[in-house]
Amino acid sequence: MKVILRNPRREIEIEGRRRVHALLVELGLPRESHLVIRNGTLVPGDEELDKDDVIEIRPVISGGF
Amino acid sequence: MKCRTCRGPAIIELPRHNANFCAEHFLQMCRRQVEKAIHDHDMLQKTDRVLVAVSGGKDSLAVWDMLVELGYQADGLYIALGIGEYSEESREYTERFAQERNLKLTVVSLRDDYGYDIPTATKVTGRVPCSACGMSKRHLFDKAAVDGGYDVVVTGHNLDDEAAVLFGNALRWDVEYLARQLPVLPSRHGFPKKVKPLIRLTEREMAAWCVIRGIDYIVEECPMAEGNRHIGYKEVLNLLEEKSPGTKSSYYLGFLDRMAPVLAAIAATGADSVTPCIQCGAPTGGEEGSVCAFCRLVERSAAHEPVSVELIRKKSRSQKRVQAEASKK
Repeated sequence: MKVILRNPRREIEIEGRRRVHALLVELGLPRESHLVIRNGTLVPGDEELDKDDVIEIRPVISGGF
Repeated sequence: MKCRTCRGPAIIELPRHNANFCAEHFLQMCRRQVEKAIHDHDMLQKTDRVLVAVSGGKDSLAVWDMLVELGYQADGLYIALGIGEYSEESREYTERFAQERNLKLTVVSLRDDYGYDIPTATKVTGRVPCSACGMSKRHLFDKAAVDGGYDVVVTGHNLDDEAAVLFGNALRWDVEYLARQLPVLPSRHGFPKKVKPLIRLTEREMAAWCVIRGIDYIVEECPMAEGNRHIGYKEVLNLLEEKSPGTKSSYYLGFLDRMAPVLAAIAATGADSVTPCIQCGAPTGGEEGSVCAFCRLVERSAAHEPVSVELIRKKSRSQKRVQAEASKK
């Protein structure tokens, strides 16, 4: 599957199927600070992602004060 | 995974509520949390004229969206900070949001209206970028609210923002800042009332609100905030949250409930001697006949040649390298 990461924007390719939780763990990304989006829709942690999916993992932390 | 409310397929899990939600009931939960914050802290009345401080990020666009949806008369104010492409892009998101919903948006440009921008002010002051930025924004939001006859200024500070500030203040035991870290600052001494309706919702929930509602916002981080202290505090708190869901809300909401009343006497002292700035007339904490910090910043920054974002980022990275090397020795 194609995974789009942000900050900075980049793309990586992951082989095979994965559950959302497993993908985040594999990439070392905490669930509390990320959303997983497929075709403009949020995907919950237990959902299985297909090898042909295009996924965006969007960080949600912002820092300015 | 099923929605707690309707048992339909869930799209998000919220461990802190020990619940999963479908889109419809997630939005309902968010609205209820905002209504509860507004009610519990007496933030807004339906007759108020509300000015929302908008940045083009998820939180400010989400709070503007929610307030309009809940029936408040809310206009937006965007400040163009001059932080290169980041500012241009965030302005486009804000203008598109307002245009699509037929909402009133006012834009103030630091460069066009005051002759400086945040990278230049950072160079001139020699302090962290968020310092000049925060001070400029506070002054201009206050001014716009007073000049425009608004009853209240709304900001998009969420639970993560407030918990991170609380954490920083507690690490330094900065008692005066702790005492004043409240979700409502009443109108006094010529300053408008300021409120934070998102204190019961996390950053992840606000980003999810925007995705579900189809709100495009600037996802990229402000290049000048990169690696700042608050982001570090948020990461630490999120580690605790992962291990023990609900930590952030019990920390901050518990502070409001049980610690803020203890500090109330301290919050009531200080800042009583306010005089008008002799240049712009804004209230300032200085002595009679003094010039406010914003006017001093404008004077120094506007006289300086414009500085690029890249130059400030390079300087900040090299300072961090020196600090890291010094800490190894």
